[in-house]
Amino acid sequence: MPVVDGPPIIEINGISKSFGAFKVLNDLSFTVAPGEKLALIGPSGSGKTTILRILMTLEGIDGGDIKVDGDHLYQMRHNGRLQPADEAHLHKMRKKIGMVFQLFNLFPHKCVLDNVTLAPMLTKGVARKDAERHAMELLDMVGLADKAKSMPAQLSGGQKQRVAIARALALQPKIMLFDEVTSALDPELVEEVLNVLWKLCRETDMTMLLVTHEMGFAHDFADRVLFFDRGRIVEDGKPDEIFRHPKQERTQAFLKKIIAAGHRV
Amino acid sequence: MGQWAGYLQLIFDGAIVTIQLTLMGSALALVMAFLAGLGRLSRFAPVRWLATAYIEFFRGTSIFVQLFWAYFVLPLFGFSLTPLQAGVLALGLNVGAYGAEVVRGAIKSIGKEQYEACTALNFNRWQGLRYIILPQAFVLMLPTFGNNAIELLKASAVVSLISLADMTFQAQVVRAQTGSTLVPFLTILVLYFAIACVISFAIRGLERHLTRGLDGIRS
Repeated sequence: MPVVDGPPIIEINGISKSFGAFKVLNDLSFTVAPGEKLALIGPSGSGKTTILRILMTLEGIDGGDIKVDGDHLYQMRHNGRLQPADEAHLHKMRKKIGMVFQLFNLFPHKCVLDNVTLAPMLTKGVARKDAERHAMELLDMVGLADKAKSMPAQLSGGQKQRVAIARALALQPKIMLFDEVTSALDPELVEEVLNVLWKLCRETDMTMLLVTHEMGFAHDFADRVLFFDRGRIVEDGKPDEIFRHPKQERTQAFLKKIIAAGHRV
Repeated sequence: MGQWAGYLQLIFDGAIVTIQLTLMGSALALVMAFLAGLGRLSRFAPVRWLATAYIEFFRGTSIFVQLFWAYFVLPLFGFSLTPLQAGVLALGLNVGAYGAEVVRGAIKSIGKEQYEACTALNFNRWQGLRYIILPQAFVLMLPTFGNNAIELLKASAVVSLISLADMTFQAQVVRAQTGSTLVPFLTILVLYFAIACVISFAIRGLERHLTRGLDGIRS
């Protein structure tokens, strides 16, 4: 829960990213403190999800620099000089980061338990027995211990997403990325997933980055909120500042629209 | 009637050879299909070229010509094969070329989100392929693999041309000796169909077994 003082765990320095002619991120910089819970909000196409995907190394960057836990993400030191990262370096860096996707991305041919145990067994060499014990603890934490032997196709969307959260936690990352994890869910299933996030937020000191359209939840969850528009940070502050007293016109307009659409802020 | 029992025995002996050819040819074809199919998806350009050259060459030339090369031309370069070896080689390489495209297509059809989950969980390329992508893709390959195996069974009749005593070869022997076309060729018609049915049912059973649970109904 506490935000730790000291060097930032994520340092993003002047990164840009284009998809074809569309500039998604434009000279973007911000830092995240260890243990900080950060909410990224803003209209669609503003670059929030792209930032998470870049941190998970699912997309590269066109320029700028990212440091995670003191190391360059996309570069490595070799004979004293910086070089583009190779697979081994990326593998090392990915150990620090976990991600939960909007559409769960569970492995449909594996049962719930195997979905959770596979990565620790393959990438960390954890013995099956230990991996299963840890997985059962995690499934219990997300309230799905009784579904361990079910196949993903037998679960509801909310249950699938809770399995996906347990799967990412099984690797014990320092940083968790949540990419619109409730956007694909039926409204009545949103809460069970948010409850799990809430529990994680209260009970762990993991650094968490949350891209969301659930403004009410972002307000309660986050230590700090970044409002994005067109690949830039328009406003950066405490939840109360952003949601109750936004300084920028763009932020005010966005929140007004969200409230008009019936969301609680 | 007594004479027919002997002739039928000849044809059954031939059926054993045909089944052997089909099994061994299919095994080689399966290996080649995965090698060339994965080769076409390789990061390394020379591997892709090699796989493409193999696929285009063996799909683009006649199985008949390939068999004659394997049996009559290779010995000129110092590689002598038995008729069975030549038959398995030609059939396996030929059908493997078709199978390679099946492997490639099935792997390509697995959604991007599965690959992204593999990256996010820090699998390396091989682990992702081995544990996540191939098990899902294999189920998609099965129906077409079944087709290919039946094609291979039927194509195996060409080995009678290099004097391998398969089912078709024996039917011709019986026809030459008895003068009857109806009996031997009706017999092998039924036998080819029966073997093809066994292949169909086996593939369908395997498919049912592997897809259990994927559609949400798990017994």
